Amino acid sequence: MADHDHSHEHGSELSETQLRVRALETILTEKGYIDPSALDAIVEAYETKIGPRNGALVVAKAWTDPAFRQALLKDATAAVGTLGHVSPVGDHLVAVENTPQRHNMIVCTLCSCYPWEVLGLPPVWYKSAPYRSRAVKDPRGVLTDFGVKLAKETEIRVWDSTAETRFIVLPMRPAGTEGWSEERLADLVTRDSMIGTGLALTPAEIAK
Amino acid sequence: MNGVHDMGGMDGFGKVEAEKNEPPFHEEWEGRVLALVRSMGYAGAWHIDDSRYAQETLPPQTYLAVSYYQRWELAAEKNLLARGYVTQEELKAGHAIGPSKPLPRKLTKDVVDAGMTRSSFFRQQQGPARFKPGDRVRTVNINPLTHTRLPRYARDKVGTVELIHGCHAYPDSVATGRGDDPQWLYTVVFDGREIWGPDADPTLTISIDAFEPYLEPA
Repeated sequence: MADHDHSHEHGSELSETQLRVRALETILTEKGYIDPSALDAIVEAYETKIGPRNGALVVAKAWTDPAFRQALLKDATAAVGTLGHVSPVGDHLVAVENTPQRHNMIVCTLCSCYPWEVLGLPPVWYKSAPYRSRAVKDPRGVLTDFGVKLAKETEIRVWDSTAETRFIVLPMRPAGTEGWSEERLADLVTRDSMIGTGLALTPAEIAK
Repeated sequence: MNGVHDMGGMDGFGKVEAEKNEPPFHEEWEGRVLALVRSMGYAGAWHIDDSRYAQETLPPQTYLAVSYYQRWELAAEKNLLARGYVTQEELKAGHAIGPSKPLPRKLTKDVVDAGMTRSSFFRQQQGPARFKPGDRVRTVNINPLTHTRLPRYARDKVGTVELIHGCHAYPDSVATGRGDDPQWLYTVVFDGREIWGPDADPTLTISIDAFEPYLEPA
């Protein structure tokens, strides 16, 4: 993956940042600190393997297996570790559950902490100043930006990831999904529903 | 430090704009930066809070103007220079010139999976936890010039301990080169009105993860 497609570039001109990064990689390689083939493997893993499907499978399992749901809410790291089809996560994962009374939302106001192992790389908006500044003060306004409207009386809990603890929201299971398999349910679990800026899709939404 | 990175509660940044079908990386160099920073962290060149502090100490105009991965790159250059892993001449030349500085280990292709698993921040406790779930606590009012994970909006506020996460490496200490100084870590929840005043959304609660030195009994 050393020379990827550069279709997004105009002509062969390299940006200043591209040049800086290439120079840095060259220096660190020549000095023996880094292995470019390991860099390739890391990039490839984030492009192909580590994404929100991991989290969606965890959520789908929690929706169908009450014992797993309990274990997940008690110790998410340990619970995810018991799933063979999801890669193990670091020590500090916490799952927080949405209910009809309470909606949870995750943010990192100080940098951009995010549960990479279960959701992949954070989207640009999650790392942006608008989200980091407003999520703790005006979460309903943020939800409006995402087209989500909660009942006026629903409690909103915002979790600011100020340490190495990482949070994942367990969204509510949509109605009309009784008897669905975990695989099928996982298709309803969006990345945003596990951050708390969205809800799980309904069967009608996914049919569109 | 009271930097522009501490954004919680600031106004005026506008709407949150989500991109549809966003790719993992928008530019090829973004992935290279992420992977090389990961590799240097694995190698033991610096701790994650050193990376954060290097970003926080960028000029505020720069911090706001550049992209997320540009911040990573600038912070990496700062830490590499400050710790003597590269020289200014080398950055300018784009090639190694002087000798290398030894590192504890190297992230090679055969250990990539291990290198990508997040490390544990649990540390041996130095004493019993001072607080338990349900305890009322007041956060301290501190304004250090160095790295801290107590956001400005949550200083000198009364909340309730909800969870105990065990004993963790203490970022305020790690990022100032004073070692792990392990501290108990708690989730502390505040009523929205305690943070933002009587006009706040009455249905809002906010939690932070607070290290024990950030807390006093209320």
